[in-house]
Amino acid sequence: MDKSELLNTVTDRLSTLFSEGFVSSNNDSDMPTFIIKKEFLVEIITYLKNDKDLAFGYLTTMAGLHYPDNKGQEMGMMYQLHSLTNNFRIRIKTFFSKGDVEVPSLTPIFDGANWMERQEYDFFGFKFKGHPNLKRILNMDDMDYHPMLKQYALEDGTRTDKNDDMFGR
Amino acid sequence: MSTIKNSNVKLAKAPPGIEGEGFLLTNLSSAVGLARSNSLWPLPFATSCCGIEFMATMASSYDLGRFGAERLSFSPRQADLLMVMGTISKKMGPVLKQVYEQMAEPKWVLAMGACASSGGIFDTYSVLQGIDKIIPVDVYIAGCPPRPEQVLDGILQIQELVKSESLRRRDSPEYTEMLSKYGIE
Repeated sequence: MDKSELLNTVTDRLSTLFSEGFVSSNNDSDMPTFIIKKEFLVEIITYLKNDKDLAFGYLTTMAGLHYPDNKGQEMGMMYQLHSLTNNFRIRIKTFFSKGDVEVPSLTPIFDGANWMERQEYDFFGFKFKGHPNLKRILNMDDMDYHPMLKQYALEDGTRTDKNDDMFGR
Repeated sequence: MSTIKNSNVKLAKAPPGIEGEGFLLTNLSSAVGLARSNSLWPLPFATSCCGIEFMATMASSYDLGRFGAERLSFSPRQADLLMVMGTISKKMGPVLKQVYEQMAEPKWVLAMGACASSGGIFDTYSVLQGIDKIIPVDVYIAGCPPRPEQVLDGILQIQELVKSESLRRRDSPEYTEMLSKYGIE
């Protein structure tokens, strides 16, 4: 199945089976991308994993998204699924507002989602509902913010050798 | 009696004192300083590319053993010199501090490279901006990474400190106060 065929097949299936949860799909990037509503995330991913033809049995990765200018849909999650038997990949995205960062956990479906979701919690502060051990994984436990949110600076405040006087800026 | 001719072996210079046939009269701190500075046991705390340069420093071309520091100690309990080589993330900070605290006095610290000295290019929330934020440092080596020659120079600087250190320095109130600034008892 090539890229556009895969896009059409999955779009057909999702829009018929999950007409309320499916938002849109496109083939703009390296793999077919499907935008869905987060309330249907677990249902849709379970379906994609268990379906005999598609068999997306492997969660490659996930990532948090933060677009501060997208009012009402500032936050998002991206999931990449891989069908090892068919050798094709798709991307699932879901967007929601910054006031509503509770996302269903994928840990019941993929064991590998455990640490990935801890990472996204660590960097973006998403509350993964149903996660068995949602705590920071990479940053210090006593960190009091989620550093990948755009309102926080990349630079460390304790830096002392970047004194503008020394560099004539 | 045979004598060694054309030898390249350089012996450490004896400290100043009254010398005669078969004896040398000098003060204890000079003798101890001489012994300590030429038998440093470094603990290599290598976390990134500076560690690779350090491996070159230890290997035959540069051979840190020429300065009596070839015996690396991977246990902090027996180490004299903590060599911090590489980026220290904030999460690694407490580990580094614990290693420092486990070392027995007298102890010295060498920060190798830009990252260990100041955070280097990693001006970011997850990286410690220089190990002197958590432990006292005796010698800094500049470079990213420094060449082995610079590491040797750093070791020589440490040796100078060791040689000239008073035996009572570690008992002084100034030293205790300096450690307490870092929250070390």
